[in-house]
Formats: sequence, structure tokens, C-alpha cells
Amino acid sequence: MTATAIAAPAVRRRAASLSRDRRWALIVSYAFLILFAIFFLLPPYYMIVTSLKSDGEVARMATNPWIVADGVTLDQYKLLFTQSDFLVFFKNTAIVTVCVVAITMVVSILAAFSLGRMKFWGSGVLAAGIFLTYLVPDTLLFIPLFQIVRGLGLLNSYWGMVLVYPTLTVPFCTWIMIGYFQSIPKELDEAALIDGAGHMQMLLKIFIPVALPGIIAATIFAFTVSWAAFVYPMAFLYSADQQVLTVGTVTSLIRADVYKWGMLMAGALVAATPPLVIYAFLMDYYIAGLTAGATKG
Amino acid sequence: MADAVQQSWVPALAVARERAPPRNGLQRFMRRRSTLAFAMCLPLILIIVGLVAYPALYSIYLSTLNKTQTRFIGLGNFSFLLSRDVFWMVVWQSAVFAITAVLAKALIGLITAHLVNNLPTKGQRKWRGMLLVPWVIPLALSSLGWWWLFDPTHSAFNWLIVLLGGNEIPWLSDPYWARFSVILVNVWYGAPFFLIMYLAALKSVPEQLYEAAAIDGANAWQRFVHITLPMMRNIIAITVLFSLIVTFANFDIVQIMTAGGPRNMTHVFATYAFMLGIRSGDIPLGAAVSLFMFPILAVAAVFILRGVHKRGREIG
Repeated sequence: MTATAIAAPAVRRRAASLSRDRRWALIVSYAFLILFAIFFLLPPYYMIVTSLKSDGEVARMATNPWIVADGVTLDQYKLLFTQSDFLVFFKNTAIVTVCVVAITMVVSILAAFSLGRMKFWGSGVLAAGIFLTYLVPDTLLFIPLFQIVRGLGLLNSYWGMVLVYPTLTVPFCTWIMIGYFQSIPKELDEAALIDGAGHMQMLLKIFIPVALPGIIAATIFAFTVSWAAFVYPMAFLYSADQQVLTVGTVTSLIRADVYKWGMLMAGALVAATPPLVIYAFLMDYYIAGLTAGATKG
Repeated sequence: MADAVQQSWVPALAVARERAPPRNGLQRFMRRRSTLAFAMCLPLILIIVGLVAYPALYSIYLSTLNKTQTRFIGLGNFSFLLSRDVFWMVVWQSAVFAITAVLAKALIGLITAHLVNNLPTKGQRKWRGMLLVPWVIPLALSSLGWWWLFDPTHSAFNWLIVLLGGNEIPWLSDPYWARFSVILVNVWYGAPFFLIMYLAALKSVPEQLYEAAAIDGANAWQRFVHITLPMMRNIIAITVLFSLIVTFANFDIVQIMTAGGPRNMTHVFATYAFMLGIRSGDIPLGAAVSLFMFPILAVAAVFILRGVHKRGREIG
């Protein structure tokens, strides 16, 4: 009783200093976060500013490059859509990405269901093998794959990309789907088995609906990876009608020695829009997929 | 994983047998659970074997051929590379690029994760969403934006530097500045990934540990060293090793911003292999260059696998 009476003012003083400390920490946190946010958002900001300038203003160096001084114009975007092959690149990328996402999801859901819930000779080794495959970078494989793709007659064809991109997407998607499937309680499949469901029915009626968040996360991953792939198209595609967005924007939009920076930046921004839109609307799934690789397994 | 499977396959078999007695051996084989399981994995196995394992082995075979791929020359390509100064520069630059970039990314990730974690919960989502943007933009496209920021005559950075009274920096034309620039872009791109991973790890540290430490009178630094770091050790190790592989094998940034120049001084393994193998058409030599990456990546991969297993046990 007496002890608490004596301690009370001290505790209160301590609490007051704690809350002061906390407010201080908050201010410092915000100050540094703003600095980091400037660092992280500066390039996209500058790309937007450049894409809204006229060619004359981009070339003239007298004015502040960080703002649009001569008035905002959409000429660069008009030019991009009418005077360049950009729309062809966009169409090719869209076709490749849709095919790759579809292939990836079918292959990895089937495999993850099998590895996560059933068992066969060597399934443990296969699961470890999938993870190792995920760690093999594309830059290790692009030269032998160049030979293989050429042997199949798919060099300079975007169908070659549909063939090779799954090596980038399938291992990781399978890996995270195994984790999601394993987190589904076993009582659910036992109930389904008692009701007379086969394995395929179990997969379609129980696992896919229950693991839908994981499937969305894996789909987003497959989409962003195939949209952003650069090494394979850089090595395997060379004509404009087969080119995809990443390589097309970086190489083909540059004509001769004249860099049309305004149009280039407009192209890069439009090309980056689909992943950014998906990220904006499905951020939680996107982040769940990102962190799943290291925290599940 | 193993016990989970064992538990559920016994009733499954029993039910299958009850429902439709198979007529012949083949049918029985097809109905077996393990056969079905293997069939479901078959597309995955085909992709891994046909498009990863086979190319990897084929790459070893390719690297033993001469430029026109007509003659076996053994380790000729490897000894040729080892005798070239440019190759050693590539080895050195790849190592410096990967190590400095990963350290910077891990440090920035750790700092920003703590800063975001300090904020009130309501605001964290917004900040996290904003800070992850560099990771979401396809790297090839943001590298193009950085290239424009570093443009020799129009560099917007130099405009600011001159405004503040400094001298223009030859971002991509001076070899050392070029090396710095490609590392800077890599840090910009990769740090948000570390931020997300560390933020997730910070959230998984039980609050009671901090409360207990606060009662014992531990200050912020002590709490960080004795609670946060040990609790996050595994995820830090996994993320760093993973990023080491990805950074070491990076292609986009160097290819777009410098294409290896000036004087081959910014080349990393990937861009050097691309230049020799695809641009100059010496496929075997290019294959040899990328094979040099393999031992380094394999060591990192083994450690990651161990870390992931350990973490899996900790959670389960």
C-alpha cells in the first residue's frame, strides 16, 4: 500500500517521459521516411514530368527540369501511340503474359496439390528441387536456351517467350501454393472423401476456393514477372513485330542517334501501368505473395 | 509435410476401393493415389527437366566447343577467360556490385522497416504502399528513367548540383561514377523488397518480449540488439542470400544504362555473357562465362535452403 503510494508519482513521471519519447520518435520517423520516399519516388516522378513536356522544352536546358514550365502537353503520348510500334509491343506482351499466367497457374496448382496433399515416390526430393529451380537465375540459362529455342524454330517469335517464361514463374508459384494448400485443415478433405468426392473434385470444390488468396497472390506474381521479363526477349527477339514492351521500349523507340526522351518516358510509363494498377488494387495479395517465399515452406 | 500426407491417404484408399472395384491391373495402377499424384506433377517435372536441368547440362557441353560449335576444345574457353584481364575485372565488378548493393539494401530496408513500424498502425499501410513502388515498376523501364536522369547533357541531378554550387558529375561516362550509378539504381530497386520482408518479420516478434524488456529497463538500442535482431536473424539471412543471388545475376540495369562500358568497367557476369554469347555470336564462350556464376550461386542456394528449413521448423 505505502509502496504503491510512493511509486505512483514516479511512474506517472516515467509515463509522461515515455509518451514524450514516443512523440519524438514519431517526428524523427516521419522526417526520415519523407527523405526515403523522395529517394524512392524521384525517378517515377521525373519520368512523368518529362513525358508531359514538349520536345522543345526537353531539349532546352535553361529551365528547371523538375517541373513542366511550358505547359502540360500530351503530344508525347499521341506520338507514342500513332508514330511508333508501341501498340504492337503492348499487344505482344499482353498475349505472352496471358498465356504464361494461364500455363503457370494450371501447372503449379496441380503440382502443389499433389505435393502438398498426396505423396509419391520422390515427392520430397521434387519439392526441394522446385525451390532450387526458383533460385536458378535466367541469366545462367539464356545462352543454352537460345540454342534450344533456335533449334525449335522459335527464335524471334513471341511464342518462344511463352515457352521459356514458365521457368521464371512456375517454381515460385508452386512453392507458395504448396504452403497455402498445406495450411488447409485436413478435416475438410476427409469430409469430402466421406461424401464420396474424388481427388479432382476435392481440388476444384475445396482447395481452389479455400486457397483463393494464395492463388491470387501467385497469379499476380506470374503476371508481374512475365510482364517485366527482360533477359529472354533481349536475347531471343529482334524484329519489331515480335518484340515485347520492356525490350521494345528500351531499344526500338530509340531512333538512330536522336533520343526522343519525352516519348521514351511516356512509353516506359504506359508499359509500367498494368503492374502498377494491379499493385494499387491488390496490394495485400501482392505483398502476401512477396513475403510467402521466405516465411512458408 | 510427410505426416500430413500419411494421415490422409489411408482413408482415401479405403474409400476408393469401396466405391469401384478396379477390374484389371492397369486400371488399379491408374486409380492408385500415387500414380495420380505423379501425373499431376508431370507438367511441372517436364518444365523443370526440359527447360532448366537440360539447358544447364547442355550449357556445360556447349562451353567445351569452339566458336563455330564444330570442334571439342575441352576447357579451352575457361582457360581463355582466366587469362583475360577483362574477365577478372568482370569477376571483381560482379562481386563488388552484388556485395555493396546487398549491404546497402539490407541496411536501408532495416532502417525503413523500423521507421514504418514506429508509425501508428493506420498510417503504415499508406507508407508501405508508397515505398514499394520501385519494386513494382518493371526494372527495365525504371532503368530507362534512371538513364535519362543520368543523361550527360540533360542530367536533372546535375542541374540540381550546379544550382547548389557543385560541379557536374559524369554519372555514366566516368568508369567509377558509372559503377556507383549502377549500384545506386540496384539499391533503389531492391531496398523496398527488404523493407517489406523486414516489416513482416518485425510484426511477428511477440509484443510481450518488448514489454518484459521495458520493465527490465532496456533502452531502444538494447531492445533492438537483444530482441529484434535475434528474432529476425533467420529472415535477414534468407533475404540477404536470396538478394545476393538475384543481384549477382542482375542484367537489366547494367545492360540498359552502360551496356558494360565505359571500357568494359561496369560489366557483370550476365552482361558480359550476353555481349560475348549473343552480340558477338560466340555462344560457347558466353556459356562458359555464365557457368562461372554457378559455384557462387550454388553455395548461396544451399545456405538459403537450410535457412528456410530452419524457419519452417521454428514456425511449425
